[in-house]
Formats: sequence, structure tokens, C-alpha cells
Amino acid sequence: MMGWLNIYAAVYDPENFKSIFDLDTNSGKQLLWIGTSVILIIFIMVMDFRFWDSFSIILYGTIILMLLAVLVFGREVNGAKAWFEIGSFRLQPAEFSKFTTALVLARFLQRSDKKVGEIKNLSIIAVIIGAPLMLIFLQPDPGTALVFAAFFIVLYREGLTPVPLILGLAAGALFILTLVVPQIYMVIGSIILAIVVISLGQKSWQRFVGVLSTLAFVLVIVFSVDYLMNESTILKPHHKNRILVLVNPNIDPLGVGWNVTQSKIAIGSGGFIGKGFLDGTQTKFNFVPEQSTDFIFCTIGEEHGWLGSLILVGLFITLLLRVVYIAERQKSRFARVYGYSVASILFAHFALNIAMTIGLFPVIGIPLPFFSYGGSSLWSFTILLFLLIKIDSHRLDVFGR
Amino acid sequence: MNDNRKFLIQGFFVLVGLIFIIRLFMLQVVDKNYKAMADSNVIQRVDEFPYRGLMYDRNGELLVINNPVFDLMVTPIEMNKLDTAFFCELVKIDRETFNTKLKEATDYSRLKPSVFIKQLPLEEFARIQDYLVDFPGFFINARSVRSYPHNAMAHGLGYLAEIDKPRLERDTTKYYKKADYVGMSGLEYSYENVLRGKRGVKFKLVNVRGVDKGSFKQGEFDTLPFPGDNIQTTIDLDLQAYTERLMEGKIGSVVAIEPSSGEILTMVSAPTYDPNLLAGRAFGNNYMDLLNDDLKPLFNRPIMADVYPPGSIFKMFQSLVAMEEGVITPDTRIRCNRGIIACHGSHTNEDLAGAIKHSCNPYFHQVFRLIVNQNESSNTYKDTEIGLEKWRNHMLSFGLGQPLGVDLPNEKAGRLPGPGLYNRIYGEGRWRFSTIYSLSIGQGELGVSPMQMANLAAILANRGFYYIPHMVKGIGDNNFVPEEFTTPHYTTVGSEHYETVIDAMWRVVNEDGGTGFRARIQGVDVCGKTGTSQNPRGEDHSVFIAFAPRENPKIAVSVYVENSGQGARAAASIAGLVIEKYLKGEIARKHIEDYALANRFIY
Repeated sequence: MMGWLNIYAAVYDPENFKSIFDLDTNSGKQLLWIGTSVILIIFIMVMDFRFWDSFSIILYGTIILMLLAVLVFGREVNGAKAWFEIGSFRLQPAEFSKFTTALVLARFLQRSDKKVGEIKNLSIIAVIIGAPLMLIFLQPDPGTALVFAAFFIVLYREGLTPVPLILGLAAGALFILTLVVPQIYMVIGSIILAIVVISLGQKSWQRFVGVLSTLAFVLVIVFSVDYLMNESTILKPHHKNRILVLVNPNIDPLGVGWNVTQSKIAIGSGGFIGKGFLDGTQTKFNFVPEQSTDFIFCTIGEEHGWLGSLILVGLFITLLLRVVYIAERQKSRFARVYGYSVASILFAHFALNIAMTIGLFPVIGIPLPFFSYGGSSLWSFTILLFLLIKIDSHRLDVFGR
Repeated sequence: MNDNRKFLIQGFFVLVGLIFIIRLFMLQVVDKNYKAMADSNVIQRVDEFPYRGLMYDRNGELLVINNPVFDLMVTPIEMNKLDTAFFCELVKIDRETFNTKLKEATDYSRLKPSVFIKQLPLEEFARIQDYLVDFPGFFINARSVRSYPHNAMAHGLGYLAEIDKPRLERDTTKYYKKADYVGMSGLEYSYENVLRGKRGVKFKLVNVRGVDKGSFKQGEFDTLPFPGDNIQTTIDLDLQAYTERLMEGKIGSVVAIEPSSGEILTMVSAPTYDPNLLAGRAFGNNYMDLLNDDLKPLFNRPIMADVYPPGSIFKMFQSLVAMEEGVITPDTRIRCNRGIIACHGSHTNEDLAGAIKHSCNPYFHQVFRLIVNQNESSNTYKDTEIGLEKWRNHMLSFGLGQPLGVDLPNEKAGRLPGPGLYNRIYGEGRWRFSTIYSLSIGQGELGVSPMQMANLAAILANRGFYYIPHMVKGIGDNNFVPEEFTTPHYTTVGSEHYETVIDAMWRVVNEDGGTGFRARIQGVDVCGKTGTSQNPRGEDHSVFIAFAPRENPKIAVSVYVENSGQGARAAASIAGLVIEKYLKGEIARKHIEDYALANRFIY
């Protein structure tokens, strides 16, 4: 409901007044999506929850097929082939892949004796998560693909060592550092650091190898940054620019830095209590691009100020904690894994989206759950969340199995 | 262990939330820059230009109007699928010009509109208008430029141009901005503050394309432009136009003043130019042409040409000063001794009036000697210095040797030599009457502008006082006239002395043998005096001052025509025609008009 009003505010144009219910506007369309979501909720609530358990593989397979199909038949929007176009509405299969992956993962880990750490299990998990991830990456939609990284949180909860998570974060930090500091300094600096570490500590060959492999890891990242940013074609120019802009938003405020700069201006101009509903000037006059979808948070920041942002962040954190709480009280592993998946996906979307709008993360196109305009994402989050509620309402039944 | 992880995950969620809240607090509440940047994004300050005041002649005829012109504007970012060839053909420019102009506009701003073609004439605008919808990004901005329906009065009215840098820097009120149009000369300059009105400002909200999205806060901070005040000038358009016609092909000045008010009826600087040349889009080229013209049409001779020796017209004022000083009476007769100074005509021993009528040089040589050498000191050098100082003070009261204070820019002082000047030239105690006697007949170091000459005529007409000549009859709705123009200035010569001189001037024009016969008008008592000002660089300058009628004078005129020989010819005939035109409305003496227009004065 709040999301819907905000989309209306984002597209609101005093000169070209349209009713909030007008189907030509995004808010009108979103209302339609909300309506269908309500139907979906009823559907989910009425259906036997075991359906999802049993049919998870089929659903997952269907989505994988759709992801393949979209690469061929999809419509290209903003450089990514991610949408099926049906009439004036568009469907984004990648959005649905999130909950099917969650379901399949949950189903795979259902048996409580399966250890996440075992190589065999780990490789199956890698395939489950990796298949849709790769397909989405090919669209290319790195934002949505990145969301899949959130499954690490689930695996961590289920006993996976946090090393890959830490390594990933370290790699990310190194990546940014390499962009800021010239490559040659990075290389020299890391080698010197390695020598210092080796000479300081006790001289054992395990330690020596450990430091050297770390050094190798660092150097690979340092050089790959150069390769990725300059020569590789995996990242499209606009992706590269977005990363560069994060490091220095002022390199081109009217060009590639426009999104982030304007987004920050819009949010920053909101002040403490905001400009009031429909009174946002930056968002109303299209200074912020994609303001009803990925940059919807700007509308909240500008029109409702810091208080509004506080409430929104608070709501999300509350929701996340609540989901974790629900997940933890589940008796079956299936339900718990699924619950954590929901929390992780919501968290990834929430964190990446807001970080992007306030300039803490490169601009990647992922929606803010329940706020951004977009039917697929709304449906997908609705299914995701209400499935958990449905499962939760049956937690005592599950106990018996 | 898993319990730990549960809390770790939840803690991580909360931590991220906290980071966001803190970061948002910095952005939204602490850092005020974003608020300012947002305002500069959407709030555009648009100046609302006021309607510049119009100018009328003394009879309510419009002299200066505002003409709508149409600037073709372009907003580069909004251009879309431009058919360049067709567009160039439409606005009549070549491809190269198109490219440079577009580059200029793009360099200035891709988002903001800039002028693509300045001041399209109405016909051009009408032709282009219909096609413009096919050229997104291009639009017409209507504004107004000055226009002069009668092509007359260029020097008096002045022109507008973009403000120059020094003037912008001098503007302490900070009213002006770059590219503003301001009065550069004439009345446009003098009454700039009155005519310009007050600029209004509008705060508009614009979207990312710079498209107007309504006013900021319902116009709470907007101010309306105040139109400038209209000015009624003292100019008589008919007379002005007629005089300009008379002065065609000549170099010189005509100034006509209403003596009872100091109002300037006509002011002609020849050669003149069409004021419309300096309004509109050819300003730059036309201005350079006029500036480089050998005849200096931009030079406003009536108030700026102040090195003209007045010649014989100066004799009236020598007489007045002499009478005031008591060194002569109207009956004083002096022999025409042509040994010292040349003379003309057959006269031998005239009284004052006769000497003026015959313009007897030896008579005034002696008069001037009587003025400056009054035996105040036994030292002849000292005596001359005392006398000259006395003389100079009288002459200053006639408005000579200083700017009169006319309401036009760049008025020059003229030259009225005193002891100081000669001390500088010759050294103190090194000069006496024989050094400076050329002054007696209005030659030598004297310099009088045509405006000052006309003022001298007005002084004679008023029998001893003048109002500062001026060109405004009324400013704004309540016809305000500055006080300095309604205050009489009295000369140091008593009014009882004037009648003798005036009588002589009447005789110059109306008696047989008078040099001013070409200014004689049936039924009007014209009083005038010719002057032939010696010019070492060519033919003499032709000079005439006059007023009419003798009782209750309505007009005082000075005419100065360069290199046209005797004052009796060019200057007297033109002055007579000006008076006739003004007092009678039409010219009965066609032969004089033909003579004046024919422009053959040297024979």
C-alpha cells in the first residue's frame, strides 16, 4: 500500500494530471499488480503447503527454461534481455527464480543429516544456485545475479564455514581499493606486506605457503580488476562506469555520475521531515532516473525526509528480524532453510537498493521489495513472503512428519 | 554454534540498517548542500524584462517605440531527427553557420536554451513559425527592440546596446547583468534610469529538461516588472525632420530653443544617420560603418563640437559686457580704422548698433580694448590681466566655457580663455591686449558649441537670462521636469542694455544692406547676426544666431555650417527657414529653401 502511493508520487505530474487509478500510469498498473498479488495470497493460503514442497523441482525447472527462453525471445530493455512482453505488461522470470531456487535449496537440505560442508552436497548446492545465477548473468543483469549471493547467508546458518563469505567481502574491498589506488602500488604494497608478515611471525612452511597463496589471491584480483575494467567484455561499459562512479561520483556529474548524484541530491534535499507527499521537486521533475522502479527510495527520502527513511529502514529491519524469528521457530529444516532464504533475498534487495541510492554501492538495477514499480518483483516477493507465512502456520503439522 | 550464527545474522541485518540510518542522517539532516543543489536543479530564475519607456515629441508624436522581434532559440538536448538541409534552407543559413551556431549553443549548455538566430524580422518569423513544430528543440522567444518610426533625431534620442564591461563594473546598484541592453547615448543614456523601468523576476520550477513546470511556491517570491516611464521630449518632430532635410549634405549643427523655457525644439547634427540602423540585428556592422565614416556621423556636434570660434556673432556679447562695464554707451562712435584689423563693407564711423549691423571689426577691437584695459593698474600687462578676468566672469554668466548642463551625455565645455590660459602659453606678465585682440571679434582661443550659441540667442531673446537647454518636457504620468531646468540663470549684464543690441540684430535681418537678409520673413520680426568664422584649414564656417519674434520670442536658433563661407549664405538662410517653419508651419520663401538645399554656398 505504501509502495503504491509512492509510485504515484514518483510519476505524479501536476501539468498532466492523471488519477492514481489510471491504468496508463505506473501507479495504476501497480494497483493492478497489487490486486493480482492479493489473489495470489489467497491462492497460496488456500493451497496445501506441501504442493510447494512437492512441485519445487518442477517450478524450478520451469523457471530455468524460462530463463533460457528469455535469452532468445526476451525483449531488451536497458541493455538486458530480461523481459517477456505480454501486451503492455512485462514479465521478468529472473524475479521468480529467486523463490524457486529457495524452495529447491530448502528441499535439498530437507533431510536434517545432510552436512552443508561435504563436497558432494556443496557441489549440488552450487549447481542449484549457480544455474539460475549464470543464466541471469548472461542477460546480463548483474544486480539480480548478485542477489543470489545472499544464499550464502542461508548456507552459513546451515553450517557452511564463513570463509567464502569473508573471502568474497575481502575480494570486493580489494576490488574497490584497486580502482582507487594505482595498480602498481597495489602490487608492490601487497608484496611488501607479504614479506613483512613472513619475516615477523614464526618460520613454518605452512605459514609460508598460506601467506604466498593469499598474496597470489590478492594479485589475481588486482590484475583481474584491470582486465575487467579495461579489456573484458563481460561488464558492459555502463556497468564499468557505475563502479567507477562509486569511487568518484564527481568524474562526470552530468553523464555516468548523473544517477547517483541526482539520487543523492533528491534524498539529501528531503531534510528531516521531508517536503511532503507529492511535493518532491527532484523526483517529480524527473531529475532522478528510474524513480518509480529502482530509485523509488529517492521519492521517500525527498518527500518524507529522514523520518520517512528511518521508518522505512525500521520496517524492513523489523520484517527481516521477524522472518528470521519465524525461520528459527520452524521445526523442519525445509521450512527453516526456506525462511532464511526469504530473509536473505529480502535483505539483499533492501541493502543493495538503498546502498545504491545513497551512493554506497554501484548502481545495479534491483528493486526495493514491495516499493518499486514492477509486477514480477511484487509477485515474486509476495509469493516468497506469504509462502513462508503459510508454511509457518503449519509448523505444528510438520512436527509430526 | 548455530545459535551464535542466528544472532550474528540478525546482528548483521541490524548493523546494515543502522549504517543506512546514519548515512541518511548525514545526507538529509547534516549536509545542507544537497538542499541547495536540489533548489538549483529545479528553481530557475527568469528575469522578466520591463517594457522600456517610449519617447514622444512635444506634440505627442511617437519618436521611439518598442518593436517586437523574435529570437530563434535552441535547446540542444531536445533536438531530434533534425532535417538539417531543410532547416538551413528555411532559416536561410548555410551548413557551416549552422554547425558553428549549434556548437556555440551546445558549448553553453545542452539543457538550457540559447539564442540561435538573433532578432528575426516579422516577415521571417511568420514564414518560419509554421514549420517550427517539425524541429523539436527550436522555439521562438519574443522580445522587443527600439524602433524609430520617423528616422529622425538620431543624436538626441541615442541608441541602446549591450552593456559594456566598464559600465557593468561601475554599476554600484548591481542592477545590470551581462548582455542587458542599456542606453548608450542621447536621451536613452541620460534617462536610462527612468526609461528602463524595473526588472521583475519569476522563480520557475523546471524539470530535468528545463521545461517550465509552473511557478515556485505559487509565485510568492516573484516580482512583476515595472514598465519604464514614457518621456515627452521638447522636440518638435516636424521642425526636426525639416531641419534635418535642410542639413542634408552639409556638416554642422542646428539648434533651436524655446527661450522662455529652455526647451530644445530641434537639435540637428549633420551628417546624421537613421537611428533604426543602430537598433536591430545589424547593429554591429552598422555601428562599425558609422564609426569609421570620415564625416563622423556618430559625433554629436551640437554639444561636442566645442572648438568652433563663434566669429562675428560674438560682437553682441562684447557690446553687452562693454555697456555693463560702462566703457561704451549705445552712442559711442569709433572710426573704422582698418589698419589694425580688416573690415568689410563701406562704413566709416558707426555707433554701436551700426557697428553690429555692419559687423565692424575695428569697432569691436576698440571695444574689447576698453573692456580689458580699464587702467586699473599702471602696468599694462597687469591691467590686461585684471580686465580679462573681469571679462571672462561676464562671459561665464552667458554659459560659455563650461558645459551648460544639457540632459545629454558628453556635453563639452567650449573654450573661454582667461589669464590662466595666457599665463600658461606666454608666461605671466608676458602678454597684453595686443596678444589677445583676436578675441574681440570672436576668433582666437575661443570655442563655443552650437548648443551654447543657441543658448546665447536665447539669452538675447530673454533680455538677460536663460534656462538650461533641455530635451525633456515631462517624465512619466505626472510630467515631471527636473528642477534644474526650471530655474532661470541671469547674466551679469543688466537687462536694460539688451535693447540696443536687439535693435541692431533686427536691422541685420530687416534693413537693406543687412547681412541677415536671407532670414527675413514677412510679418515676423526676426533678429539675428551672421558670423563668418575663420578656419585656417579650409573655407570659413558659416554661422548665424537669431531669435524671433522680437517681442515675446518663441524661438532662438543657432546654425553652424562648416566650410560654407559667409554666415549670410548657408547659416542665415537655414536659420530663417527654421524660424519660418516653426512660426508659420510652412515655407513661403521657396527660393530660400531651394538656395539652402542646393548646397552651393561658395561662389
